[in-house]
Amino acid sequence: MTAPLIQISDVSKRYDDGPPALDSLTLRIDTGEAVAVLGASGSGKSTLLNLIAGLDRPTAGSVTVDGVRVDGLGEAASAKYRRARIGMVFQFFNLVDDLTVHDNVLLPAQLAGVPRSEATARADELLERLGVRRHAKAFPGRLSGGERQRVAVARALMNRPSLLLADEPTGALDTASGREVRDLLTALHREGQTLVLVTHDVTLAQECATRTLELVDGRLSRDVRHGLAEKASTVGGAR
Amino acid sequence: MSGVGRIVRAGGRRRVQSVVMALTTCLAVSASVLAAGLLVASQAPFDKGFAKQQGAHLAAAFDAGLTTSYAVAATAGAAGATASAGPFRAVSLRPTTAEGANTGGGNRPPAGITLPPAALVGRADAGGSVDRLDLTDGRWVAATGEIVWAAGKGPFEVGDRLTFKDAPGSPTLTVVGLARSVSGTAEAWTTPEQLAALAGQAGGYQMLYRFADVSTEAQLTAHRTAVAGAVPADAMTGAISYLTVKHTAERTAATFVPFVVAFGVLGLCMSVLIIGVVVSGSVGAATRRIGILKAVGFTPAQVTRAYVGQALIPAVVGTVLGVVLGNVAAVPVLQDESEAFDTARMTIAPWVSVVVPIVALVAVAVTAFFPALRAGRLRTVAALAVGRTPVAGRGRTARRVLGRLPLPRPVSLGLANPFTSPSRSATIVAAVALGALGVTFGVGLATSLANIQEGLNRRSAGDVVAHTRMGPPPGQQPPSAPPDPAAALAKLTAAVQAQPGTKRSFTTSEVELSVSGLAGAASVMTFDGDASWGSYEIISGKWFDAPDQIVVPTAFLRSTGLHVGDTATLSDGGHSVKVRIVGESLDLSEDGRVVVTDKATLAAFGPGLQLEGAEVHIELNDGVSAKSYVDELNKVLEPLGGGADVNVGEISSTVVAMDTLAATLTVMLVVVAGMGVLNTLVLDTRERVHDLGVFKALGMSPRQTVAMVLTSVAGTGLLAGAIGVPVGILLHHAVLPAMGRAAGTGIPPGYIEVYGPLMVVPLVLGGLAIAGVGALLPAGWAARIRTATALRTE
Ligand SMILES: Nc1ncnc2c1ncn2[C@@H]1O[C@H](COP(=O)(O)OP(=O)(O)O)[C@@H](O)[C@H]1O
Ligand SMILES: [Mg+2]
Repeated sequence: MTAPLIQISDVSKRYDDGPPALDSLTLRIDTGEAVAVLGASGSGKSTLLNLIAGLDRPTAGSVTVDGVRVDGLGEAASAKYRRARIGMVFQFFNLVDDLTVHDNVLLPAQLAGVPRSEATARADELLERLGVRRHAKAFPGRLSGGERQRVAVARALMNRPSLLLADEPTGALDTASGREVRDLLTALHREGQTLVLVTHDVTLAQECATRTLELVDGRLSRDVRHGLAEKASTVGGAR
Repeated sequence: MSGVGRIVRAGGRRRVQSVVMALTTCLAVSASVLAAGLLVASQAPFDKGFAKQQGAHLAAAFDAGLTTSYAVAATAGAAGATASAGPFRAVSLRPTTAEGANTGGGNRPPAGITLPPAALVGRADAGGSVDRLDLTDGRWVAATGEIVWAAGKGPFEVGDRLTFKDAPGSPTLTVVGLARSVSGTAEAWTTPEQLAALAGQAGGYQMLYRFADVSTEAQLTAHRTAVAGAVPADAMTGAISYLTVKHTAERTAATFVPFVVAFGVLGLCMSVLIIGVVVSGSVGAATRRIGILKAVGFTPAQVTRAYVGQALIPAVVGTVLGVVLGNVAAVPVLQDESEAFDTARMTIAPWVSVVVPIVALVAVAVTAFFPALRAGRLRTVAALAVGRTPVAGRGRTARRVLGRLPLPRPVSLGLANPFTSPSRSATIVAAVALGALGVTFGVGLATSLANIQEGLNRRSAGDVVAHTRMGPPPGQQPPSAPPDPAAALAKLTAAVQAQPGTKRSFTTSEVELSVSGLAGAASVMTFDGDASWGSYEIISGKWFDAPDQIVVPTAFLRSTGLHVGDTATLSDGGHSVKVRIVGESLDLSEDGRVVVTDKATLAAFGPGLQLEGAEVHIELNDGVSAKSYVDELNKVLEPLGGGADVNVGEISSTVVAMDTLAATLTVMLVVVAGMGVLNTLVLDTRERVHDLGVFKALGMSPRQTVAMVLTSVAGTGLLAGAIGVPVGILLHHAVLPAMGRAAGTGIPPGYIEVYGPLMVVPLVLGGLAIAGVGALLPAGWAARIRTATALRTE
């Protein structure tokens, strides 16, 4: 059996004195999977992504990604970890308004110290592939929502991450733009990109995901794999 | 305010803002209190101290051989004095630091050094009806063997031991206290019994008087004549009017005024800038909040009031702290300054501590009012829209151009930052430029002062100074025949030249002559031998290089109306000689009544001319120890009735006080400048926090974040240095000559042109340093902020 890409063991996350955002969650995700995380607003979906990305630390438990203990990383190490292994896509794009599309896409490579010519070639290639090459010199404010999200995906893929995380990538898009992004993510997964996407969009989950998780109040209430064996299992509350 | 104010202030985000505002106000107020306080304090320190001490309007000296203490005591009544003190026995003696004492370092003389003659007075107590001395350290003399030195008049401290080799039995006394006489009646005091023992057959009497009518020099001259008339002819050997002392003291004080004013104005500009920046910054940052307030029904007036109030609360806290800090900081400075002024201890005038805070708070309120009014009048919809859409669009070209440069991305991002918010960058430039200006000015001032000190010390050239002793060698009877000073000097010079280690030497002597155009006598200093290596510092013209040429200080030229190139006549009763003024020297002694010339100039006066106080200025060969040279030379000189001392340069307490004050004010300016940067960047970083979150999510490490924030002030810091340093140089070039004018001297151009490239480059980089230090805290904050939190804010 191969080592899991993501191993989350007994993870809890508590903010201040509220109820836990994640409650004793245990979860394993393998390379090549496309996992959709569903759940009501406030159920802990973004928190889960943040912990995987090393943007925040769990209150208890461990998060291991690609052999790296993410929960134990310092700020500098976690920045390096994100550069090398993680691509992130957000609901509201999070493009830097004062940088051109091209400069936005270049950012992760530049932060990682990739030589300029190499980074530019990669950026051009990605913009071309995602169909936004003609906007390379434009500022993000001029682009439509769907175009912006494609730029964001290009930026996320810049350093060839082993894991692409997307937090409601279609949440701010109209139906047509949502479809563009959905197709894009599906295509990426077909090419072997491991995906974890948080979404409300049932179509996205059905089309793109090989596995669907559902969170309720920070606990895993459903874990369904599609495809090969349509296996459903309900993982009950915590031990 | 009430409810509105609470809502406006609510939220922890405002806390940093309030702390910065309180601190900047505090520093601005304390600098202003200090500057204004010093300005006020320098106005009338002499009069204040003089009144408090019941200073002597006239201090007269009498020859003990020509009159009696009874006759001297009777002069007070005869001259109509309203109060008097004395007669006290007085004598002039040279103190030598005792072996084994004075271990101290710093500027203290080592053991075995003989200092110039000091006026000693025997006084049973420090009080009395005239000249009530203030003890600044230690206690008053209680027994024989003890002495109290005049504070600031010698390099001594309590516990030092001094030997008086010229006194019978060469007694050694211990300094038990330091005292200050505003009237400057003596350099040291001891008990009447001890003084009698020190003086032996020598010395005289001192009598101190106060009169009712003393406003003009003429009135004092009348009193002086009355005193002289009450004793036998020539028995009164001298009388110093307090107006002369006052003139000298206030001249020192006046010298402080130009640069204290300069710092005061700088502090004021800085205060206005910082208060304006902080208040409009905090109102600007809260515009959206204002929109919300108005949306729920607050009136414009309520909002305006709330914002002025919000600015005033931390400002009040800062102001109170600032007043306290300013007063505390003034203690050591004023202490130094009062020593320089030779007056009683001073404090900051109470009204300064009232007026400055009121002015500061009014300035805060007014500065806050305009942005607050803008906030109050803001259309609710517009206010709500602000903050939703970050001000974007500006500085994109700069970003793109800088992005092309082969720099690490965090650096090019940081460098482009100032272009995004030009007005904010302008405030950083202004604050840092003021700081750099202050540093430039302060450093230049200190350098020039050190130069001037060195120039003044050139009045006594050489590593070692040898002299013919005034009295007979210790323990011997006065010789029956009067000694021949010329013969003694010739022997002395020969001995010096024969001494191994001597490189070269020349001899100076002094004679009082009258000079055309100058009322009263001037001391003419004659130079014998090649004195070109030991010339005074020349302000204009040149050092004399032939007979019949003289060099005089600025004050001489000013009081005679003569210029370099003019001729003057030196004369005693019988002879006279025409001389040409060839140079203006840096010399603050004797109110400028000093003429320097070659000895040959006075040849016309014939051998009858009595030259006094001969000193041989000796330069030693490299590597020769001055101390052992002096020890060896003294073995030869003692039998000849002479002596030699190591030439210790003086450090004027005025220069020390100025340095302290300039350093204090410079540091304050720099700190306030740094706070200005800090405050602006805190605002800036808060506004960009979401972008920061994005950068960090994409893998920007803490170090890269710090680099980005620091480089965001690099350009502005450099620009500020490039603006502040030249202005600081201009200020320095304007203030120093003003200080010189107040002190009654010109300043050699070389002492003003102190800014070489070696100084300017670090100073310009200093602007960078100020900006960088101010940016450190926000940079650290930006690096530490949790990415998840940063991404959630919007
Ligand atoms: N930085 C934070 N500080 C405090 N509470 C938070 C923070 N982030 C999330 N929460 C809380 O944790 C819970 C889960 O949030 P989140 O993971 O964002 O849910 P989802 O993405 O599923 O809507 C919510 O109750 C939310 O209010
Ligand atoms: Mg969420």
